[in-house]
Amino acid sequence: MEETTKRELVLHVNGERRSIVTRQAETLLFVLRDGLGLTGAKPGCLNGDCGACTVLVDGTPIKSCMMLAIETVGKEITSIEGLDDAPIQHAFVRHFAFQCGYCTPGFIMNAHALIERHPNADEATIQEWLESNICRCTSYQEIEAAVKEVLEAKKAKPTDP
Amino acid sequence: MAVGKSIIRKEAWDKVTGRAKYTNDFKEQGMLHASLVTSPYAHARILSLEARRALAAPGVHAVVTGEGLPLTGEDMRDRPPIAVDKVRYYGEVVAVVVADTLAQAEQAARLVRVVYEPLPAVGSPREALKEGAPLLHEHLDRYEKNKTTHPEPGTNVAHRTKIRKGNIEQGFAESDVIVETSVSFAPSDHIAMETRCATAEIWPDGTIHISASSQSPFMIKKLLHTYFGEETGKVIVHTPLVGGAYGGKAPVQLELLAYLASKAVGGRKVSVWNSREHDMVTSPVHIGLEATVKIGATKEGLFKAMEILFLFDGGAYSDKAIDVSRAAAVDCTGPYHVENVFCDSLCVYTNRPYATPFRSFGHCEQAFAVERAIDELARTLQLDPWEVRRKNAIRPGHTTPTQVRLTKSNVGNISACLDRLRELMRWDEWQRVEVDAYTVRAKGISSGWKTSTIDTDASSGVILTFNSDGSVNVISGVVEIGTGTKTVLAQIVAERLKMDVDCVHVKMDIDTQTTPEHWKTVASRGTFMAGRAALAAADDAIRQLKDIAACVLRASPDDLEVGFGRVFLRDDPAIFLPIKDIAYGYKFPNGNAIGGQVIGRGRYILRHLTPLDPETGAGKPGPEWGVCAEGVEIEFNRRDYTYRIVKAYAVIDAGKVLNPKAALGQAMGAMSMGLSFSSREGFLFDNEQRVLNPQLRTYRPIRFGEHPEYIVEFVETPQIDAPYGARGIGEHGLIGMPAALANALSLAAGVPLNELPLVPELIWRTQKGDSYGSV
Repeated sequence: MEETTKRELVLHVNGERRSIVTRQAETLLFVLRDGLGLTGAKPGCLNGDCGACTVLVDGTPIKSCMMLAIETVGKEITSIEGLDDAPIQHAFVRHFAFQCGYCTPGFIMNAHALIERHPNADEATIQEWLESNICRCTSYQEIEAAVKEVLEAKKAKPTDP
Repeated sequence: MAVGKSIIRKEAWDKVTGRAKYTNDFKEQGMLHASLVTSPYAHARILSLEARRALAAPGVHAVVTGEGLPLTGEDMRDRPPIAVDKVRYYGEVVAVVVADTLAQAEQAARLVRVVYEPLPAVGSPREALKEGAPLLHEHLDRYEKNKTTHPEPGTNVAHRTKIRKGNIEQGFAESDVIVETSVSFAPSDHIAMETRCATAEIWPDGTIHISASSQSPFMIKKLLHTYFGEETGKVIVHTPLVGGAYGGKAPVQLELLAYLASKAVGGRKVSVWNSREHDMVTSPVHIGLEATVKIGATKEGLFKAMEILFLFDGGAYSDKAIDVSRAAAVDCTGPYHVENVFCDSLCVYTNRPYATPFRSFGHCEQAFAVERAIDELARTLQLDPWEVRRKNAIRPGHTTPTQVRLTKSNVGNISACLDRLRELMRWDEWQRVEVDAYTVRAKGISSGWKTSTIDTDASSGVILTFNSDGSVNVISGVVEIGTGTKTVLAQIVAERLKMDVDCVHVKMDIDTQTTPEHWKTVASRGTFMAGRAALAAADDAIRQLKDIAACVLRASPDDLEVGFGRVFLRDDPAIFLPIKDIAYGYKFPNGNAIGGQVIGRGRYILRHLTPLDPETGAGKPGPEWGVCAEGVEIEFNRRDYTYRIVKAYAVIDAGKVLNPKAALGQAMGAMSMGLSFSSREGFLFDNEQRVLNPQLRTYRPIRFGEHPEYIVEFVETPQIDAPYGARGIGEHGLIGMPAALANALSLAAGVPLNELPLVPELIWRTQKGDSYGSV
């Protein structure tokens, strides 16, 4: 059996230029975690089912277990470590929207992108976005409260970018 | 001060910023990785295992197989850590491949050639108990076991618990009506979002360093001694934050594989990390059940007798399934006064993944069976199901099925819970309404109770160390699995020391060498046991602070108080010493010093617990019974048999709510898990007992948007022994959900629904009868 070929990739992660030598077949999730030490994105199923590994690629939430690292060259990657005091982080804390915390980075990244992309999201849009992540500890009601609070706050300040 | 407030969990910001670390987040250069080779058959003889090609693959260091390994098991040692000669469930480990990288280990694992001879597989407890059923364990009589385990050699019965209270014949003779209900559900899974993970490394001096995503780090130490003769003092287990557990991380499995793998590569560090598929079937699962409940009652609905048969599907190995089957038996009636009880609870071997604790530990299973029967009884007698429950509610002065006399302290107030539930649900207004030609709304309720069936000598310790700024560190063996218990411990310490909770720091990680033992983080006993230890440690620290201050202030320690960061004269608080000036001892102006660092020590051990009498079940299994009353409101579509869970209610006797938002979170999370389990979860097996849905795409837990509105309230009947009166609340939310959902749907569909999960196809099939066959 041949070793899979490795190559050097230059990725833009959380505003920094990071270079890494990795297998061409490696997923973004494993490059972030094992290559760059960004363990905030979590493996939960490696099959795109649970959403725990969600990061943003050019602002779009992506399950990083389903994307090859090589596909993200030239794109802007934001992981949970790249969020800087985002309102959704505060809302999650205030509403007790997590317990064990394992699904939290993925949920927060997805919710953050939802809020950025659809500040006027209706119930159906919120569900469509957030049903792609599984939380096993909370009842989702806490997460719903956190997301809606941030959306409401954003609506109350329409001049914000 | 701190108790009763919604204090934000101490590790909150670590968790929302991605900085919180779990076992598999700790990577090291040079760490080796393991991949598991598992059985594609549920029951088969292993004819040969050929690892030559795997060993020759790039990066591979070892292939570990099962020859010569001791049998394992906490109650009965029936499980080889790696199968030899025979596999007994689909997904059982037959070899472990160790390589430089995970990818290499996985590739090489595919090269291990195993030849099997399939055997007939046993698919359910009733099948396993049939005359002539294939035996899973031919040598059941030879297994080492503890004194409380009673297997029946020559059968597939791993353990039988007998409960005999009163006179069952007389009870039925005094009954006007007798109803019998049978229920069943297949094994399912915990689905913690963090799959199980363990690493092991053996140092040249013989110390064994294990890191594990576990609820039982201290048990790992003990079991490495029991199984492999390792000195417990040389086993050091590290457990960081755990990404969900729900009972599934109480058993010890991957830790043994990591240890064996490390041994095979000269002690190098090896990581064993479950794929989701292995985590679902190879590691232990949530137990299945087949049960029959017979209730005798007067025509007014007063219970006279209950005869209960629990056949738990323990799977291929007994692990903690024996304990789960016992826990269901000790509380078999639910929170009702029943004078005549006859219960047999069997833990049965089948060729299915082996079972282990699941949040509520046998009680949502028990409640599903009994509460379905109570609704059937109410229907038969044309009585209000709420009335029947209220009329039979257990009270202080009554005895439990294992004949423990209840007091105002050791049981919660089920009547109060039921009364409040009735108001919250507007029970009297309607229970079933037809909204339009196809839509029916219906409500269902259930009661629940639980004591913790745990080791009679389970104990917990807490150490408090002081910092030079007067703040305190809490060191406890409770694992932070998401329940927030360590934050509650900080609240308890802050309250007793009359200190700002921000000045109480918590050590989150467990290191069994420096952390005092907490038996296992299970059974809703963290706040109770570790809380008591924390109070004792705080008192110990207060004594030390007073002793030092007494010397400096020239006053008797009896005249001093500790609080607000000071030790002060009770009589004149203006005379005081700041704690920071004495936390490390006191230094007099001339340089002389007294005291030294203040270190509070506290411990707690459960009291007066006894094993059950093997013939009658009499005995005290746990310290107290928490109770709950729960309800579900659904909207059912009679045309396509789909339904929506509209509202879910719980009223739980919390004793005392220590952290309101955290308590709500525990209750709602448990309810969500119960609704998910009962509405859509369960393994699907083919005829050979292979699991068909070991993935989150085909085994689909509840998702965002499918959640109902949750309405939770607490009743507070203090348990006098517990810290500030608090009862365990981490599990009760789950107990009533399956039964309440089934009761609501049975009422809506007009047929008794006694199986789980309650998917539309099941409702359709039940209503139409079996004539339509399968879809």
